[in-house]
Amino acid sequence: MNRVIAVFTKESFLVPLVAIILGLLTGAIAMLAGGFNPIKAYMSLLEKVFGNAYNFGETIRQITPLIFTGLSVAFAFRTGLFNIGAEGQFIVGMIASTAVGVSLDLPAYIHAPLAIIAGAVAGGLWGSIAGYLKAARGVNEVITSIMLNWVALYLANWVMNAFFVPSGQQRSEMIHDSAIITIGWLSTMFDSARLHWGTLIAVLAAIFFYVILWKTKSGYELRAVGLNPHASEYAGMNVNRNVVKAMFIGGMFAGIGGACEILGVFHYQAIMTAQPGYGFDGIAVALIGGNTPLGVVLGAILFGILTFGAAGMKFGAGVPVELIRVVIASVIFFVAAHGIVKIFVKPIMKKKKEGGN
Amino acid sequence: MKKVLSVLSVTALSLSLVLAGCGSKPEAQPQGQAGGATGGAAGGAAPTVKIGMVTDVGGVNDNSFNQSAWEGLQKLQTDLNLPKDNINYLQSTSDADYVPNLTQFVKDKWDLTWGIGFLMGDHLKKVADENKDAKLAIIDAEVDAPNVESVLFKEHEGSFLAGVVAAKMTKTKTVGFVGGVEIPVIKRFELGFEAGVKAVDPSVKVLKVYTGAFDKPDLGKSTASQMYGQGADIIFHASGGTGDGVFNEAKDRKAKGENVWVIGVDKDQSLTFGDEVTLTSMVKRVDEAVYRVSKDLIDGKFQGGIKWLGLAEDGVGLASTSNKNVPEDVLKLVDEYKQKIVKGEITVPEK
Repeated sequence: MNRVIAVFTKESFLVPLVAIILGLLTGAIAMLAGGFNPIKAYMSLLEKVFGNAYNFGETIRQITPLIFTGLSVAFAFRTGLFNIGAEGQFIVGMIASTAVGVSLDLPAYIHAPLAIIAGAVAGGLWGSIAGYLKAARGVNEVITSIMLNWVALYLANWVMNAFFVPSGQQRSEMIHDSAIITIGWLSTMFDSARLHWGTLIAVLAAIFFYVILWKTKSGYELRAVGLNPHASEYAGMNVNRNVVKAMFIGGMFAGIGGACEILGVFHYQAIMTAQPGYGFDGIAVALIGGNTPLGVVLGAILFGILTFGAAGMKFGAGVPVELIRVVIASVIFFVAAHGIVKIFVKPIMKKKKEGGN
Repeated sequence: MKKVLSVLSVTALSLSLVLAGCGSKPEAQPQGQAGGATGGAAGGAAPTVKIGMVTDVGGVNDNSFNQSAWEGLQKLQTDLNLPKDNINYLQSTSDADYVPNLTQFVKDKWDLTWGIGFLMGDHLKKVADENKDAKLAIIDAEVDAPNVESVLFKEHEGSFLAGVVAAKMTKTKTVGFVGGVEIPVIKRFELGFEAGVKAVDPSVKVLKVYTGAFDKPDLGKSTASQMYGQGADIIFHASGGTGDGVFNEAKDRKAKGENVWVIGVDKDQSLTFGDEVTLTSMVKRVDEAVYRVSKDLIDGKFQGGIKWLGLAEDGVGLASTSNKNVPEDVLKLVDEYKQKIVKGEITVPEK
């Protein structure tokens, strides 16, 4: 319990919190400049999210993939890798789960798990391409993973067009009912919002993230490599293997996220004209969450609320949806620019030091 | 060092996100009807019907059919003196947004909800089936539900006329077609255009490229650059915002003295990009369709079903400003072909 309290009063928690507030304030200033009422805007944002069961359910739907991609980025970060490729791993996970969902005919208890595992493995392998290139050739993973995003996007469209899209359509065939992971009764309860088991899997993934990194030997190695690869090597750890492993597990998270979007939300895969964007938002989620599992979940909730509620802002206060991107971008900016935020945090920290300890 | 780098790249990334958001937004249009947006808020004894619209990812400033649809609604608002809040739109930022956005209007008991674009078809069907008492309408997609009116256009007929103009005006005997995504709607543009070109002069070559996106002006520019490089002097685009890049490339080349042209799409694009590069535009009267169907609703004449608008219904056609760059005799020929299509003497291929 003490540990939980410590988490909430630590600087690593205060900095994002202040950054979020500053971000919201910046957004408010932008709204004022545009002649909108920021209080009304934020109120209608909250009303959109919490106003009725349907929208609340859809917000959870929006949050789920962000947890996965956030975990993906955060995991790699712990091993000192910057995984910009969550987007691509997410897409590859979509392809694999669509392929399994459409082309196999199995009983439900094995079909759905198999489709998710396929997504996880595909995402993991996609991630480990960047990991392998880094380990074997020293290629910067930022470059390779960002390029692999585009490869994944066009690969997805090609695979879909070549094998799964009926002519005259813009999407694959429906996956079989046995592969669908939508929770029917919960969906009905939330006024047919698209809720699915993926949310539970996301929370389990966050726990898995914690256990593997902090409770196992290989997790210790992964973190050690992240903190100081040279020292780790000197201590007898295989740095290269850990790099590939980190990218594989990171990719797995994103891949499951993609699989859950297909199996739980869409039930088919559309031809994409642009990246779905969850991977990029995952970077920000990981950053705000301080690369910790709890932080990532909280960050994803924040991002989910902001992006889904943006439509409410438009509806209730006439604020263009792009403005929420200003808020998000400023939150990221303030998290990244610790220095500015610390000016605000310092007095609080000082007080606490005098009081406690 | 690594930390600094990563922080820097994240900052750069977030900045680029913001910039990307701005980049795809073309400057405001100096167009007549745009002014009506806020003017008609006077209220009075006007009907209190509420009409909403959900755009696809292009948004209402896409210089293309989303914008055209929104202008249709704005015109309706001005004409009928509807209160300001009685028309509204929601922009979708990804596929996942279509259903919640449509549902927002439907659950809020708006009288009519528009879905704009082929890609929204399945999603609109889902919402329509779940809310049988709501009325919806969609542009460019066939949705088979009793409470949905689907409006489709015979783009192939209008594009045929654009093809006639291109074949007559090309000096290099080569013309180009830039498509957005290869979907049935855009396919109709392509086939109609090609048929028009070949009807006038079978020896004219038609280069065809699908860019795979409706919102990538950079891709449009590079594609146009390649096509002009291969000898095309007129490009017909059917690619939404991607086409902005085609116009930009044409402008650059025009400035260097090359004689190149673009044929615009959906709206009269000479109003946005200027007469010096816009040969003509294949106008698709989305605004007219939105206006008419919405008006039908107000008059109590709304009926579900599928409606096709072609040359005969004035749903498609060349822009009225075409005579600035297209000579009289070519326009005359265009009119002859138009009559033949309307009478059914020519059947333009669509598949």
